[in-house]
This record gives sequence, structure tokens and C-alpha cells, in this order.
Amino acid sequence: MVKIKDVTKLYGDTAVVDHVSMTIPKGKITSFIGPNGAGKSTLLSIVSRLIAKDEGEVLIDGEEVSATNNKALAKKLSILKQANDINVRLTVRQLVSFGRFPYSQGRLTDIDEKMIDSAIHYMELETMENKFLDQLSGGQKQRAYIAMVIAQDTEYILLDEPLNNLDMKHSVQIMKVLRRLADELGKTIVIVLHDVNFASVYSDYIVALRDGKVIKKGPTDEIIRNGVLKEVYDMDIKIQDIDQCRICLYFS
Amino acid sequence: MTVKFKVLIPVLIILSILSIFIGVVPLSFTDIFQLTSQQQQIILVSRIPRLISIILAGVGLSVSGLIMQQLSRNKFVSPTTAGTMDSARLGILVAMMFFHQATPLERMLVAFLFSISGTLIFMKILDKVKFKDPIFIPLVGLMFGNIVGSITTFIAYQNDLIQNMSSWLQGNFALILEGRYELLYISVPLVIVSYIFAHRFTIAGMGEDFAKNLGLNYNLVVNTGLIIVALITSVVILTAGTIPFLGLIIPNIVSMYRGDHLKNSLPFTALLGAVFLLASDIIGRVIIFPYEVAIGVIVGVVGSFIFLYLVMRRSAYES
Repeated sequence: MVKIKDVTKLYGDTAVVDHVSMTIPKGKITSFIGPNGAGKSTLLSIVSRLIAKDEGEVLIDGEEVSATNNKALAKKLSILKQANDINVRLTVRQLVSFGRFPYSQGRLTDIDEKMIDSAIHYMELETMENKFLDQLSGGQKQRAYIAMVIAQDTEYILLDEPLNNLDMKHSVQIMKVLRRLADELGKTIVIVLHDVNFASVYSDYIVALRDGKVIKKGPTDEIIRNGVLKEVYDMDIKIQDIDQCRICLYFS
Repeated sequence: MTVKFKVLIPVLIILSILSIFIGVVPLSFTDIFQLTSQQQQIILVSRIPRLISIILAGVGLSVSGLIMQQLSRNKFVSPTTAGTMDSARLGILVAMMFFHQATPLERMLVAFLFSISGTLIFMKILDKVKFKDPIFIPLVGLMFGNIVGSITTFIAYQNDLIQNMSSWLQGNFALILEGRYELLYISVPLVIVSYIFAHRFTIAGMGEDFAKNLGLNYNLVVNTGLIIVALITSVVILTAGTIPFLGLIIPNIVSMYRGDHLKNSLPFTALLGAVFLLASDIIGRVIIFPYEVAIGVIVGVVGSFIFLYLVMRRSAYES
């Protein structure tokens, strides 16, 4: 379980994350939504110890994240930041095998190789496993990075806008994979999402943020409501049930 | 052109044999079984030390360039284009001025301190100034290097040391004799450490957040890399002098064919660096025989053309 207690992050005098508290349930998908500058990504980076917080506590299974050994934490929690746009000539397989680094420090065992194979299979990357990343499309690259996180085999998976720059087909594909990771493997997944409809359709819980504060948090159907969304996005959003999905119509 | 061990190792061996037999004192393959004492002397005191130092310098500088490019995530960063070499030369000048009796090892340490500081300053500049076009980075590095270089020249001029400094300005293996190159052996364990760290360097090259996610101590790995680079650069400059472009072009060529995973590319980079430097040295020795063209000039001329090719290929690729 991830417990966030009264976390604050200041840039100068402005609080980008302002006394945020919440508990993220195990084995579920929790989405952070909110307008630009709401502090979603910053909060995710704090939870994953990439950014230091100014106040508060982040407890992962009861241990403060900033005090946990970095190597040990890498086997428990993984974080994928948005759009890794560096043009590096690594093959898909080499990238995915980095996911095993916390376990083998680079000397891959048979178990590691099996984990890599199954991660590649999970993301349907078999046909391109020996291609260089700079030869792939944005969607294929994103899938390769997610395969790496799968190979890392952590209980907690944090993803910062994993659908950025992806087309509809690949966005849906990735959300379905995340759903399977939670349902089949019991992973706890936290994602920052820009598109409120992906959050609505695929997540179990939603945390709505604005100006560094939590506006409301709870099960998806309690958040995807006209009143809540108006407070978060400052827009009058119509919501319709289509095929048991709550779809937000924010286009007009 | 593929880079293969099968090809490179025989080429290195053939060039090594050639290198031993080329020189002002005549020595032919048939002499090998009945060497005169003068010929023996030449081989042991001059030809073999020269060969070893070229191989060590070629390996060391290209591996340094590879590590720098990986850690800075920029294909155009190398000891030549990041002020590392110029800073090392300033260090040598300081060592000459303030520690007259300094042993080569002490000189190396001073040169090392300067080259690591210079490299760190350059890395800080890269951190502070976000360049949109990666081609600016080597330009900034060359400017930074020239500023350090002009400080060196100024101080040397004031102290009548210009002549002494110029021997470190242009790489030259003609002066290598037994007893004057052994410092270069320091690069052997450093290259081995680089290979052991290859996996970590590759991950660190993916960025700080990426490395941290995998539980890697990012700062430790980056600092280890920079220390290795500064040490190798310092010993090469002290023994052979400045050899430009080698650390830039060799890793770039290998990257095209072998990718950027250092476990794969480092051995090839090392080998190709040795082959390239040895070939350049042999060309320099035969082109105006019995005189020699300094190897720094040969590598500079060939290297700058390859560098231009790489820059143009890159801009063609981006457009």
C-alpha cells in the first residue's frame, strides 16, 4: 500500500503540491487527472523518489520512500516518465533487459532471460526485439519502455502520461495491458492521464487534482460526475453512459 | 564496412608487424633471425615502445570518447571537444612552473586534477544551457577549450615556457623511447574498469531518472566515468601529446554498426581506435620518408574529414 501523508513541494514560494494526502489501494489502477499545472506529475515523481519533497511522508508498505535503499526500492517500485525522446541506439531487447538490472546488476541469469522473453511477449514485441529503438515509431518505443517496466517486475508501477504522442489504437492497447497487469498479476498501477475518458474507462480509482491540491478522490464513478469535473477543469462537461462506460463530452 | 573482430584483430597484427619494420634504421623481415646488436637495440628501445604506446593511446582515447558521449548523451562530446585535453595541458604547465622536480606521476596527477575540473565545468555548462541543436555542444566545448588553451599560452609566454608547451600541443610518437612511455600502462586497468562498468554507463546514459528507477547510483557512475576519462587523457597527453578527434570519430563509427550498448561497443571501439591510430602513425612515417609527419596532423586531417561527414550525415538524417 502507498500512503501519502500531507506532502508539499514548493518551487520558490508557490506550492506545486499542497498538503496532499491519500492512500493508494493495492492491485488496482489509480489515475491522477487534472488540468495542466495541477501537480500530477510532480506528485508521481515524489512518490517514486525522483524528486525530494519539502514536507510530509510517502510510505510504501510502511517504509518512508526517501529513506529506503535505492536498490531495494527498484525491485518494488518502477517509474516511467513521459516521452523518453533520447535517440539512443539500443535494441528493444537490450532496453527490456535493463529491467532486470536491479536483480542481476547486468549479469543476466536464465530466470532474467525468461522474464525478458515474457515481457517482450506480453507487449507483442517479438518481431522487433532486435531492432534499434531509433528505428521504431513512437508507439512501438513506448511499448518497449513498458515492456522494460514489466521485466522489472515490481509490485508498484508508476507511469507518467504513458499515452503521450500515441494514436488511438496504441493508447487503447497500452491501457488494456495495464488493466491485465492489475487484474492478472495483481500489480498496483498509478498513472497520470491527460484524457479524462481513458481514466474513466480503465481506472478503478481517480484522484482529481488542481493547483496542487486534491479536489476529490474515490472510485471512478464518484469522480466522473458533472459537478466534480466542473470544479477540476472549470468546464461544463456532459457525461453519457455508452456500453457501460461513462464518457465525458468536453468538445463543445 | 562492418566492424568485426575477425577483421580487426588480423589488421591490428599486420599493422603492428609493419610498424616494427618501418623506420630510418633499415630492418627487413629476413633480418629477424640474425639481428645485429644495433637492430636489437632499435627494436627494444624504440620500435616496440612506440608500438605499445600507440596501441594504448588509441584504445584509451577512443574508450574515453565513448564514455563521454554516453554520459553526456551527445554524440559530439569527446576529450577534444569538451575542453578535457586543453585543461590537462594547463595542468602540465602548472606542474612545470610550481613543481620543477615533479616526477611524471606527479605531473600526471596535476594534469588529472585540471582535466577533471575542466570537464566538470563543461558538463555544468551543458546542464545550465539547454541547446536545441546538439551541434552547438562541440562548438561550445571547442570555444571553452580554446579559452583554457589561451590562458595556458599566456602563462607560458609570460614564463618563457612556450617551447616546452608546444611538445604537448601536437601528438607525436617519434619521441617515445623505453623509459618514457610506461605511464601509459595506467590506462590498461582503467579500460578494464570501463568494461566492468559498461552496463552501468549505458544505463546512466539513459538519463538520471531512468537510472534511479533501476536502483543505479547515478552520480557515482557518472563521476567514475569522468575520472576514468580525465586520467586516460592526462597520461596520453603527457606521453604522446594531443591527439585530436580520435575520441570523437571512433565511437561514432562503432555506434553506427554496433549500437550504443557499451558491453557490445566498447571492445570494438578500443580495437578500432588502436587500428586507426596505428595506421595514421604508419602513414605519417612513410609519407615523407625518412622524415615524419606528426601523428597529430595525420589524425587531425583524416579525423576532421570524418567529423564533417558525421555532422552532415546527421543533419541529412534530421531533415
